[in-house]
Amino acid sequence: MDACGTQAAAAAAGGEGTQRTLYPYVTGNSVIAMKYKDGVIMACDTGASYGSTLRYKSVERIKAVGKHSLIGGSGEFSDFQEILRYLDELTLSDHMWDDGNSLGPKEIHAYLTRVMYNRRNKFDPLWNSLVLGGVKKGPKGDEKYLGMVNMIGTHFEDNHLATGFGNHMAIPILRAEWREDMTFEEAIKLIEKCLLVLLYRDRSSINKFQIAKITTEGSTIYPPYALKTNWGFSAFENPSKGAVGTW
Amino acid sequence: MFRNQYDTDVTTWSPAGRLFQVEYAMEAVKQGSACVGLRSATHAVLAAANKSANELSSHQRKVFRVADHAGVALAGLTADGRVLSRFLRSECINHAFVYDAPLPVSRLALRLADKAQVCTQRSWKRPYGVGLLVAGLDESGAHLYYNCPSGNYFEYQAFAIGSRSQAAKTYLERRFEKFNDYTPDQLIRDALSAIKETLQGEKLTSSNCTISIVGRKDDGTVEPFSVIDAKRIQEIIDSMEAADEVPPADAPAESSSMQEGDDTGAAGADPAAPADAPAPMDI
Repeated sequence: MDACGTQAAAAAAGGEGTQRTLYPYVTGNSVIAMKYKDGVIMACDTGASYGSTLRYKSVERIKAVGKHSLIGGSGEFSDFQEILRYLDELTLSDHMWDDGNSLGPKEIHAYLTRVMYNRRNKFDPLWNSLVLGGVKKGPKGDEKYLGMVNMIGTHFEDNHLATGFGNHMAIPILRAEWREDMTFEEAIKLIEKCLLVLLYRDRSSINKFQIAKITTEGSTIYPPYALKTNWGFSAFENPSKGAVGTW
Repeated sequence: MFRNQYDTDVTTWSPAGRLFQVEYAMEAVKQGSACVGLRSATHAVLAAANKSANELSSHQRKVFRVADHAGVALAGLTADGRVLSRFLRSECINHAFVYDAPLPVSRLALRLADKAQVCTQRSWKRPYGVGLLVAGLDESGAHLYYNCPSGNYFEYQAFAIGSRSQAAKTYLERRFEKFNDYTPDQLIRDALSAIKETLQGEKLTSSNCTISIVGRKDDGTVEPFSVIDAKRIQEIIDSMEAADEVPPADAPAESSSMQEGDDTGAAGADPAAPADAPAPMDI
């Protein structure tokens, strides 16, 4: 009603009016990522919700970008698909210079930051939080990179990152347990711990996860799998016990 | 009365398959004062011979910083060169804005070449009358390119353009095989020697040359493109001249007598002194 009213007003003023993203429709959940000994590891579930309905159960939200990077996206799924299209275009034209140079994770992250901030300034944001990880040879040897950018263009780098609800649930765990020299197995274990906590506490997450890694050898996106759950914790059986003012 | 029928615009071919307007533009490069470029694996040096248009004027700038990681030296129409260096700066800064990283030198040279090429295929345009030595640093090390008005560009270990550049080229051709392992200081010295070759007997001083350098230090950080200040250049020139005078020390009597000769010559011919005088003032 409101949107129609606005359009009617725009039409009355002699213009067609413009459509902007006012809220997301189909959304993906948290993405978790961290550096480890050989590179960067990234994980998320494969669910996408239509509003609060768990509508899609096997969407891929981690993709490889060029030779040196992985991107993980949470938020509006169609916007993420559009971003992937931008990145395809970008890496293709980069490849077509055919001069041996290629965009690294740092450059891709900077590019995404410009795109996100630009769209926000048009008051037509791409409704996502994006995580960008990768490894590339630099003048000082192999350099790991992990950064994120959100729908308003805020961007930063860190050793471990999580978007959405993961920012609340997974970051404290990562801060306590993350180490720079973790092996791949240790990293998987820590990531799975975070994913499990999210599965228990984030109502819109599902038990189907995808993990990806990127090293100097390139990227690997593993097939989806489920984690073993245990709902028998006493706190789960009477969750409102001790919480005054709840049902 | 042998007027060339095929040179009235750039897009007209001669029956021999030549584009005269483009060739004329290439000639403009040879009119400008000389520029020299050379590189090692980590550093690139650009040098230019400064010539003033007449006795009363100063010389025009020949070396331009494009970004922290790249710069150009130009021979030919300086005005065209300034336009192109502004284009290069803008390309670099736009790339840095979007990707937060320096534009690779090969792409910089390619964009410049593409821009020059357009002017060879449009009837209402004229080719740029300037040759540019593009020196810079990227992930694969130091690079040196020569871009010419025809839209061609070439990568070099060392090259010279401009008037009497053949002398500098000959000098560089004798030595280029060792350049890859040169220290920055050695590059500067060879750049000065190469420039000296183009001066045809005129004395090389810090006031008639410009030297710039860009490279990567041993710790991996970038030594930004910068023109070396005249005082240091003069010191290097002096030390080179001192080194040149050592070998004749095998025959000390001869060299000392020559110096005496010079002294008496300078003292005897007083009017010659003011002619030499400007050099110290230019520091």
